[in-house]
Amino acid sequence: MLEPIETISKRWVGSAVARKEDQALLTGQARFIDDLSPVPGIRFAAILRSPHPHARIGRIDLARALEVPGVRAIITGRDLLGMIGPLSSIVKAPLAYYPIAIDKARYVGEPVAVVVADTRYIAEDACDLIHVDYELLPAVTDPGSATMRDAPVIHENVGSNVISRRSFRYGNPDAAFAAADRAFEFSYSFPRYASTPMETFGVIAHFERAPDRYTVWSNFQGPFVVQPLIAGALRVPGHRLRLITPPSSGGSFGIKQAVLSYILLLAAVSRKTGVPVKWTEDRAEHLTAASASSDRLGTVAAAFARDGELTGLRFKNTASTGAYIRPPEPASLYRMHAASNGCYRVKNISIDNELVVTNCTPVGLNRGYGGPQFYFALERIMEIAARGLGMDPAELRRRNFVPVHAFPYQAPAGAVFDAGNYEAALSELLRIADYDELKRRREESRRGGRLFGIGMAAGVEPSGSNMAYVSLAQTAEDRRRADPKSGANASAVLAVDPSGQVTLRLCSCPNGQGHATVAAQIVADALGLHPDEIDVATEIDTATSAWSIASGNYSNRFAAIVVDAVAKCAEQVAQKIKLLAADALDASAEEIELREGYARVRGQSNKGLPFRKAAARAHWNPAGLPGSTSPGIHETSVVSPSILASPDDDDRIASAVTFGFVIDLAAVEIDRRTGAIRIDKYASVHDVGTQLNPKIVEGQVYGGFAHGLGAALFEELAYDDQGNFLSGTFADYLCPTAVEVPHIEIGHIETPSPANALGAKGMGDGSSMLTPAAITNAVADALGRDDIALPLNLGRVWAFANAHESTTGRRRSVSATRPARSTVSDALTGKGEVTLSAQVEEVWRRLLDPSELAAIIPGCRGLTQDGPDRYSAQVVIGVAGIRGTYHARVEIRDKAEGRSLRLIGSAVGPLGFGSGSGFVDLQPETDGRTRLAYRYEAQVGGKLAAVGQRMLGGVMRYLIAQFFHSLERRISPADHPSWRNWWLRLRRYERRGGEA
Amino acid sequence: MKPVAFDYYRPQAVPEVTALLSQKGDEAAILAGGMTLGPMLNLRVVRPRAVIDISRIEALKTISVTSKVVVTGAGVIQNHALSSDVIAMEIPLLAMALPWVGHFQTRNRGTLGGSVAHADPSAEIPLALVVCGGSVVLQSRRGQRRVPAREFFIGALVTQRQPDELITALEWPCSAPDAGHAFLEIAQRHGDFAIAAAACSLRVGKVDRIEELSLGIGGVEDRPVSIDVRRFLGHPAGEIAVELSEHAAISVTPMEDHSATADYRTALTKVLVERAVSSALEMARRRRDHL
Repeated sequence: MLEPIETISKRWVGSAVARKEDQALLTGQARFIDDLSPVPGIRFAAILRSPHPHARIGRIDLARALEVPGVRAIITGRDLLGMIGPLSSIVKAPLAYYPIAIDKARYVGEPVAVVVADTRYIAEDACDLIHVDYELLPAVTDPGSATMRDAPVIHENVGSNVISRRSFRYGNPDAAFAAADRAFEFSYSFPRYASTPMETFGVIAHFERAPDRYTVWSNFQGPFVVQPLIAGALRVPGHRLRLITPPSSGGSFGIKQAVLSYILLLAAVSRKTGVPVKWTEDRAEHLTAASASSDRLGTVAAAFARDGELTGLRFKNTASTGAYIRPPEPASLYRMHAASNGCYRVKNISIDNELVVTNCTPVGLNRGYGGPQFYFALERIMEIAARGLGMDPAELRRRNFVPVHAFPYQAPAGAVFDAGNYEAALSELLRIADYDELKRRREESRRGGRLFGIGMAAGVEPSGSNMAYVSLAQTAEDRRRADPKSGANASAVLAVDPSGQVTLRLCSCPNGQGHATVAAQIVADALGLHPDEIDVATEIDTATSAWSIASGNYSNRFAAIVVDAVAKCAEQVAQKIKLLAADALDASAEEIELREGYARVRGQSNKGLPFRKAAARAHWNPAGLPGSTSPGIHETSVVSPSILASPDDDDRIASAVTFGFVIDLAAVEIDRRTGAIRIDKYASVHDVGTQLNPKIVEGQVYGGFAHGLGAALFEELAYDDQGNFLSGTFADYLCPTAVEVPHIEIGHIETPSPANALGAKGMGDGSSMLTPAAITNAVADALGRDDIALPLNLGRVWAFANAHESTTGRRRSVSATRPARSTVSDALTGKGEVTLSAQVEEVWRRLLDPSELAAIIPGCRGLTQDGPDRYSAQVVIGVAGIRGTYHARVEIRDKAEGRSLRLIGSAVGPLGFGSGSGFVDLQPETDGRTRLAYRYEAQVGGKLAAVGQRMLGGVMRYLIAQFFHSLERRISPADHPSWRNWWLRLRRYERRGGEA
Repeated sequence: MKPVAFDYYRPQAVPEVTALLSQKGDEAAILAGGMTLGPMLNLRVVRPRAVIDISRIEALKTISVTSKVVVTGAGVIQNHALSSDVIAMEIPLLAMALPWVGHFQTRNRGTLGGSVAHADPSAEIPLALVVCGGSVVLQSRRGQRRVPAREFFIGALVTQRQPDELITALEWPCSAPDAGHAFLEIAQRHGDFAIAAAACSLRVGKVDRIEELSLGIGGVEDRPVSIDVRRFLGHPAGEIAVELSEHAAISVTPMEDHSATADYRTALTKVLVERAVSSALEMARRRRDHL
């Protein structure tokens, strides 16, 4: 809808234009990957995934699955060997990353086979019928344990789980620490989490012959540097892999980058099966195996002069890449590297990086990308230091900020901060948060015995990444041997058609940010049109789009770089229109202005030509065009900021083109008795340079905060100590909802960036990088202890609030590497007792008699003896309809004749697998009866562990009790108590703490 | 995340359901609101041969009241119950529990009977039924029976319902006009499964002594438990909240899982009971003085 002509003379950039994208989204008209059916004859894929974190893959029996009507083919890793190669990586350790397990599965959820069938239902039915022989191997899921000498080795070819080590020194950190008046150290572990977009991954892959070529529709978001890598792995020239993105995206936050593995997998499956194949990831697959932020173990140390000047920083990082290294990793470890000084003017920095593989899903892009981990270290140590130095944390930061006159500021590790005024932002933050009043309320609360805390976090927000920064993972020598890399190409194509209508094509792959809206604002300003008159096509087709390796949606690059390409090609079109209009109006191009849909001679409002008529001349009358004007209007602009050069030999790099600034303050109150955190106030001040569209800026600020809040309070992709995955549904992986996200006070400081035509800085990561640190600082302040780990969920905060040991005060070194969860056993344990109406000898005999066991084990169908005291059986296990047939093995060990024995068992079935041991003790009673006491410990993995963790303990106890009730019924069929009475008796026994 | 193939039945009346159940037994799953069964089907955690959809049986959707008891059909939608004047008036504890059940959207489909049948240890409706002293009405071709809620829940997801039985109704004794009630829970986020919940109903006499008392805990053991509080009857109301909180904390045998330790659940039992009893007491005194 066009606004009335008189209102459209304003400048569109900077105004809160309503989003172009929303009408289609809100009315259900938007088309996503799952809506597409671009070629006939599509079949549907389901992926069988490893339920084990680490297992050698033996025989895969497909016979029963292939018999299911509607199944077209089943492809395993070995079938694809030879057809595809591994995805290459900048880390040269010899570990091959294929999109499907070949010989070993190395994380829960790793693809093992792909079923192609007429429907997804049928494909899933067939998955259930595939039998895989797994040889289980010990697993390691946390980066610290993975580096231990006795840790299981995940990639034998590497020989260790450490796949890369690099050390960096900027300035003279050793001297700085030696000369420091005070130094502080903080060790921490940072969990893995993910930003869970509403839309999951989707791929439609189509292989065609003559020539051999792949076309793949996918909600891939870039960076398109991986397109050549996928083509390489598929062993076709780049132009034989055509990637097409759908018109709309249901969010990404970086996560969709990881769909590249499935593009490769499904493309190969399409070639192997000869049919186009569609795969849509489901939520369980997404949470289990899509991607994650990198979990990290770190130590940070900070050296200070007595007056609070920060003189040196030391970082030691052990970062997990998951089970493999998937490109563009290890970028998450190096994204913040060039800005390791944060927003401070400290010159002396040392960084020791260690990359390790673990039995977890490979990591990748996720909102904040390396920022949350980095700022958790830096901004926690600043707060710890402030307390140690007896300074206000706001004042300590202010004293160390890069000062306003120092921009552009060259950071020690190479980043160039384009523009900023950090002191002004801090002042604005303290104003909108009403800092003095908060401090007064903190005092008041504490006097009343309540737990109230204030915390801050500040940092720069790098945007528009230099494609070369990841090569810091290589030594300068290795880099010299490779082809040079640099820059961040962005492109835009602007066309005006013969009827004068304007269409902009972008390669920015938006995932909901509103690129089309903002790009239309920029073009509208340049051409004197209304943004509604500008159509923006954001679908990418690598066969027809003006893409380059840096294309895509990541590192806040739209407002940092893409807008520059848009502004430049809009200017080119404007120049052409002016030339055309000047010719028609008998004026010079310099005299023409484009306003309100017209090309007018400046100062002569009656002398003008409608925009569309001026444009039409380029199409309809090429012979009459002035001078050297080319026919048609089709302008392409490709830009790359010149500052983004290759890294130098001292490992310094201008890693990003703009550096915004974010500073957050959190005030919290904690209920000591429940562990509940109430966010009393949250304030956030941003410097995004020129705000291109304040409404979109506000949405991004809120979104970044919500993701940071989730990471701070709720979210963790958790594994137990055996490597079983525990967070397989949204009932287990908790994201904040509208109820949990409080109102926040938002402030802005605008220091325009010189890096692009519009003065904008990238934004979008925003508070997602800082909220985890800010909230932890506030909670630490409230609790008076610094050894706290994320996420700050109820049980953990309660434990912190009620543990007697405290590490506050003036201690130099603090460790927060041991999450409170370690106090909860990962094993399910229990015990019980029963008095049986038989002599000990009789009970003993029955327990060791296979035919008796078969009768006692509830649901036992056929028990066979495999050796002395070793049995296997088919057992139907379940409660309340959650039932399945399990293949169980039981072994009796540690027999003390007539006194005690140990049962070691395992079971594998459709819902997962378990193993455990039980100890059975027999005591004769004076009346000729036998008292049998048992205790057990069990571990459960697979689907039930991932989706039903909450119920497992109760269900396990129930099932084991049934076994012993069954034993009692067998021994005294006449007068055994009913199951119900027996169960109630057992409960009373448990309630008395096991003292019968 | 697609269910296995199953036969789908949509009977119009209870006898059709019981006839189907007598044939299918535990091969059948009953679908009411589907808020739990739906995800379980999609995850293939349950693989029934038959799904019997009772959501169109109007007879299961009624709320009726006599002088002593409110009978809610098993198919009553949670949000309907929440907006029911009868329930607000006669079963205040249920009205207090319902806002804690899932989310507004799930309450638009979830049913009272479905929650009781599923028997999640953390579920609010079963806890309310236990504390109210209510009963579950079960129907099969063999006949009808009533099971007191305190006996109905056996363990996590396990109840006294036999495979051929349908829960047709819940019976809730009407609250005394001078009774006070409270329902509180702690969950990670609003609408999540409670780590612990406490429900309390009580009456205080003119001399401020406890005349009636019922107290239950959810989410802490593998089913909602009623705390034995007989010895507190006749006690002065003054210190009762703290006394009961200590009594409840030693009465429960808490579960331990990756969201909470046993110690944490014990601590929550204590604080929730203290707060719930205080709140119920305040309401009871107010109502007593108002009568």
